[in-house]
Amino acid sequence: MIRVVLPAHLRTLARVGNDEVHVELAGPPTLGAVLDAIESSYPVLRGTIRDYGTEKRRPFVRFFACEQDLSHEAPNTRLPDAVINGKEPFLVVGATAGG
Amino acid sequence: MSGVRVLVGTRKGAFVLTADGKRDRWNVSAPFFGGWELYHLKGSPADPNRIYASQSSGWFGQTIQRSNDGGKTWEPVGNKFVYDGVPGTHQWYDGTPHPWEFKRVWHLEPSLTDPDTVYAGVEDAALFRTTDGGQTWSEMPGLRGHGSGPHWAPGAGGLCLHTILLDPSNPQRMFIAISAAGAFRSDDSGTTWKPINRGLHSQYIPNPTAEVGHCVHRLAMHRSRPSTLFMQKHWDVMRTDDAGDQWKEVSGNLPTDFGFVIDVHAHEPETIYVVPIKSDSEHYPMDGALRVYRSRSGGNEWEPLTKGLPQQNCYVNVLRDAMSIDSLDKCGVYFGTTGGQVYASADGGDSWNAIVQNLPPVVSVEVQTLS
Repeated sequence: MIRVVLPAHLRTLARVGNDEVHVELAGPPTLGAVLDAIESSYPVLRGTIRDYGTEKRRPFVRFFACEQDLSHEAPNTRLPDAVINGKEPFLVVGATAGG
Repeated sequence: MSGVRVLVGTRKGAFVLTADGKRDRWNVSAPFFGGWELYHLKGSPADPNRIYASQSSGWFGQTIQRSNDGGKTWEPVGNKFVYDGVPGTHQWYDGTPHPWEFKRVWHLEPSLTDPDTVYAGVEDAALFRTTDGGQTWSEMPGLRGHGSGPHWAPGAGGLCLHTILLDPSNPQRMFIAISAAGAFRSDDSGTTWKPINRGLHSQYIPNPTAEVGHCVHRLAMHRSRPSTLFMQKHWDVMRTDDAGDQWKEVSGNLPTDFGFVIDVHAHEPETIYVVPIKSDSEHYPMDGALRVYRSRSGGNEWEPLTKGLPQQNCYVNVLRDAMSIDSLDKCGVYFGTTGGQVYASADGGDSWNAIVQNLPPVVSVEVQTLS
């Protein structure tokens, strides 16, 4: 089970209140797998984190975990152990930009 | 009893304003989708309680919301807007080819007869359609596939398809407009399209009378005369009486013919409204005075309407989708400003009143007349 912290606008869209969400991964615990699991559990979030088609991260979305920036990592990058065992959350962050 | 519902899209959420047929006391909803840009909301003519909203964000992209109860509650529906086939390129600001990239939905136009069918005008310019209430969207590729597509170039606001007009007398005929490609017409339900820009003159493009490349800001139609269209172009107010085959300028005595909005009176097909804006480099009214101009002759002769509007120190803009009308006995006219006001006239424009102030910048205004 992976703990995921979503930004406020996406929590509102997914109607999950202020809580972090929990997702189960179908395969190896990778960056791509956790994003797949978020979109599978909350279909309304499809297209809001990654572009349809290309599956590229949207430019003003960032992925953090265990004080690491995973935003530029490849989808097959293994998640940190602390995220895999549930000690730390995986953070989806809306970049500080704009007004 | 009759009533009016005004759907207001802003840079930071949507608002629903309601009043009875007198239109003198207004209820303003709390914001829906707070913090998101609401480029457009529009109700279905076939079912006024069915409303669609375009919700977007520079961070999180595009979402479409749907209400089945007149805007009280909303549910997200499909947001997958993928171009048909290989997207290809259009022209970028510097003249180089640039890949077509979906950015947002500018305008939603529900079918006149089916609440589940809606057309969506998007940036980069293309036309999409849903026939299942917004769950799935498919591009109508004949428009973007028109041979001129690779030459379309964005206006300052982007390469946006912002106007969709459906002919109430001919289900196969529709009109769209793109900034900065121009106006197009389909006579086969959107399968094929032709540019309808003859008569437009745009001195800011290399060939001022080119077939495409004109920065059309808005089209308007009276449902009783669907072959007569009015256009607010980047500069110039225009009209056609043959469904766009030929346009003529009707700017007449306007103090400036730059602007964004244009609309037609509900009961007088030759009465039209514009809000002149000083220039394309100064997006605010002339002399700090907000004036709607009305023509009762289909253009050329215009009168300023000022009663109730600020006549000094006013430097707001009125964006292209931010004017609408109701169809009550005395036609109501409404428009929103980038200063967050929505002004309404319950007497065809003779006098105005701010029915709400201090909203975020208003992007769109649509009015539903309720029986």
